[in-house]
Amino acid sequence: MLSACLLLSFIASPAFAQANQQADAAPLQFNSAAEEARFHALTLQLRCVMCQNQSLADSNALIALQLRREVLDLMRQGKNDEQIKDYLVQRYGEFVLYKPKLEGGTLLLWIGPAVVLLAGAGVVAAIVRRRKSPGAPANGDDGQEW
Amino acid sequence: MKPSRWLPLAAFALLAVLLAAGVWMSRKPDRDALPSPLLGKPAPEFALPVLHDPGYTVKLSDLRGQPFLLNVWGSWCVECRVEHPVLTKFAETKRVRVVGYNWKDEPADALRWLEQFGNPFMVVLSDVEGRTALDWGVYGAPETFLVDGKGIVRWKHVGPLTDEIIAKELLPLVTKIEAER
Repeated sequence: MLSACLLLSFIASPAFAQANQQADAAPLQFNSAAEEARFHALTLQLRCVMCQNQSLADSNALIALQLRREVLDLMRQGKNDEQIKDYLVQRYGEFVLYKPKLEGGTLLLWIGPAVVLLAGAGVVAAIVRRRKSPGAPANGDDGQEW
Repeated sequence: MKPSRWLPLAAFALLAVLLAAGVWMSRKPDRDALPSPLLGKPAPEFALPVLHDPGYTVKLSDLRGQPFLLNVWGSWCVECRVEHPVLTKFAETKRVRVVGYNWKDEPADALRWLEQFGNPFMVVLSDVEGRTALDWGVYGAPETFLVDGKGIVRWKHVGPLTDEIIAKELLPLVTKIEAER
């Protein structure tokens, strides 16, 4: 029983999870606080291509590690945020952006929520108007059980 | 019936259809595979050392003229071992040149892997740093690209190749590319 517990704790330990990943030999070094802040802001807007529900900043995947280095390199080459995003989009597609560009194919993503919200507001307005409309019984059967 | 009676039901039915569509669309095993923005575009230029002869460099232009398959693998990659027999069988048909792309691997490990399982590749390129792979949008192994004789990326598959994928996707495309020439 004890050995089983030990085994379990070993499997659950972070050291085991890292075993099949290369350890980051040299963590990123920042030249200034401003650079670090810009780097974090930028990598939070980029999606990891491997573990697709994490940002580039959060992910421990090998490819995320390498892309973080690449982003820092590009920053130091004097590229602005848009240029760095374009660089990644050219290689990995629009998917890497958490905020996709406003285009034909992404139109629904951008205006979809607003359309749904408006439709909901329309339904609510219609219901409210009907309840207030003259001629309707003061106690409609809609709200009776409440 | 009054609208207030059937409206919730309709809303529920709509949501159920939406959910069913989501489940249906996610049934594919490669649902996480990203479409490559390179498709239909010229393959990114590269110059990489040959695994078996690091003093010798192969450039993309050296492979021009005929289509080739670029297979990204690493000795650390479990799925690559699954894929290996399939790839070997395909390479032996000599239908298309199969170029190996050894990604983020120690050359010694890669050589040992090929010795153990066999080498299906015409040539194996070595990218220890993985810098060139970024240009190709590689994010995992195995990944396989089909590049035509003009150097245009025509197809990409993420994950291990299977006999079915080769028969249904790759071979018809190779036939099409050959007919274009």
